[in-house]
Amino acid sequence: MQLRVDKLGVIIAALAAYGALLAPFATFRANRIVAGEARSISEALPPAWAAIILFLIITTAGIAILKTPSRLRLGTAFAMIAALALGIGAAAAHLTPPENTYARVSPASGFWILLFALGLLAADALTRLRPSPLVRVLFLSAVLGFIAAVLTSGTWDGLSLLKEYASRADTFWAEAGKHLMLALGSLAAATAVGIPLGVLCHRVARLRDGLLGVLNAIQTIPSIALFGILIAPLGWIAIHVPGAAAIGIRGIGTAPAFVALFLYSLLPVVANTVVGLAGVPREANDAARGIGMTDFQRLIGIEFPLAFPVILTGIRIVLVQNIGLATIAALIGGGGFGVFVFQGVGQTAMDLVLLGAVPTVLLAFTAAIVLDALIETVTPNRNRVQSA
Amino acid sequence: MIEIEGISKRYGETTVVRDVSLTIAPRTVTVIVGTSGSGKTTLLRIINRLVEPTSGTIKLDGEDNRSLPDYELRRRIGYAIQGHGLFPHRTVAQNIATVPTLLGWDRARIEAKVNELLTLFQLDPVAFGPRYPHELSGGQQQRVGVARALAAEPKVLLMDEPFGALDPIIRAKAQDDLLAIQKHFETTIVLVTHDMEEAFHLADRIAVMDKGEVVQYATPAEMLVKPATVFVESLIGAGERPFRLLAIDTVADAVEPGVAEGEAIASSASQREALSMLLWSGRKALPVVGPDGAVIGKVSLDGLAQRAAGPT
Repeated sequence: MQLRVDKLGVIIAALAAYGALLAPFATFRANRIVAGEARSISEALPPAWAAIILFLIITTAGIAILKTPSRLRLGTAFAMIAALALGIGAAAAHLTPPENTYARVSPASGFWILLFALGLLAADALTRLRPSPLVRVLFLSAVLGFIAAVLTSGTWDGLSLLKEYASRADTFWAEAGKHLMLALGSLAAATAVGIPLGVLCHRVARLRDGLLGVLNAIQTIPSIALFGILIAPLGWIAIHVPGAAAIGIRGIGTAPAFVALFLYSLLPVVANTVVGLAGVPREANDAARGIGMTDFQRLIGIEFPLAFPVILTGIRIVLVQNIGLATIAALIGGGGFGVFVFQGVGQTAMDLVLLGAVPTVLLAFTAAIVLDALIETVTPNRNRVQSA
Repeated sequence: MIEIEGISKRYGETTVVRDVSLTIAPRTVTVIVGTSGSGKTTLLRIINRLVEPTSGTIKLDGEDNRSLPDYELRRRIGYAIQGHGLFPHRTVAQNIATVPTLLGWDRARIEAKVNELLTLFQLDPVAFGPRYPHELSGGQQQRVGVARALAAEPKVLLMDEPFGALDPIIRAKAQDDLLAIQKHFETTIVLVTHDMEEAFHLADRIAVMDKGEVVQYATPAEMLVKPATVFVESLIGAGERPFRLLAIDTVADAVEPGVAEGEAIASSASQREALSMLLWSGRKALPVVGPDGAVIGKVSLDGLAQRAAGPT
């Protein structure tokens, strides 16, 4: 068998070598605020653990460098990520002195570089394998299931991130709920308003340019500024409109955050609805009218189903964007994972920042994969039109 | 019967259709011919009110076409267009079932109708019914398009360049199929085309349109012998006239008593085909056989030459 070298694999192996040998694997701090001390793999882990991890990294690098089957590369990447995940938990247990509740152990740059290299390896293999949407969602479930299993098993309990979580367990889930409510609620509202607006723009050409222009302008307002702009009008409404305050409308808090996210969401939904409807074949529309469909029957039966994949793409953009943007809502008291991020920044406690950031990234990632799979499922392969 | 009375359509300053009046007899094929921009498609779309005329009326079997809501009118009139206009997200069977479903037929009746039409158009209902339009060839798509237009058994079928996207061989077959189906259902067909050959092949009567006006409305034979204007004459093509004239009638009308040698021609073939066969085989006459296969006489080069001669 002839051995050939994979170019991307060389880069991945080089990254992994740097992450494993030169960069620190874990950081040890006497308490959560002081500067940390770097620990290499051999220092951070018991000797047996360190040997296994290093051996696995060398094997993985070998598989990455050589031209190997994509399935093997993917399996190796996932196995190695799992080993690293368990390894960092072992490092926390190994580095923390017994009975010490102040000391903090967290992953250091070497760990993150290794993770990045493995992510690259997995992504490259996945691109080559072109898995079906169902398989991708199954992969995602497996990864999420693994994370959940590690979390509940207590392997990571020694890590500083989990220590931050332990002291905030109840607020964590309350903020998670608020974060989801902000991101999904504003998406639902934007879909309910945006799709009819898109239909209107499609039918009335003059409205289209005006409305899309306004929505474009809103999109260019920086998010913090938009939250700020909304304080005044919503505060006014809370005072002057009877019942408004009772349902939670206030100048600061969830209401302006919700409205801002809603406004940001409108452009992708409206624009994609317009583009999707414009892409419906002219002949299909003409035939639908010509054989006696009413405008409403044509909209529901012909235009919507054909435009649906494009509209769904707009919804995907909005969902991923909102999950990220909802973090900023914490600045005006809107809650969400941003609460931990901004508290952490204020206290220069990096672990607390991560407690807000990591779940946000995980949520956005999950949303993107699930919706991409959904879009691929509903997009039929009918570009291929046979000639007579 | 379709009575078009004084129909005009203006968009701002431009007049697309100018004071058109035509009476279309039931169970006939009328072809509207013209160059692009002559207003022929607009006139067709005024019949089923896809376009509302600026003035004039259209009566279908004596009833004004504005006496119903436009969508109900269109459900009674078949409509087939170039590029078939099939719904890409619906199967062949669902496409054909569109109008019967809109009319609220029960499921058994719809299924029976879909199967009948697919069979009539030489598409196996079991194999083709569940397929999607993109899985069909162009000729098959076009047949499904016409089948969909006929699903609710309309008395009138409007067709806008229905064969424009087909290659010549499939087109000729599709035209013959259409004539057979028109006889089968006794449908009144109004068809728009820019192809004079197609018009002569299909039409009982031809309406030639130029700059929004109908310049001549006549049978193919009348139009050949007496073109109303220079434009009609150029559209027919002076060099093609004798051959088009022969293409209209069948060999049965040109049979002479007597016998001839060699391969025979069917009495149902066109006289043009007989001429072609005569010239190619270098003979002066061909034996003619009737539908039962018996020789009923001959067709001669001299006889056809007389028939192909224009008025002097």
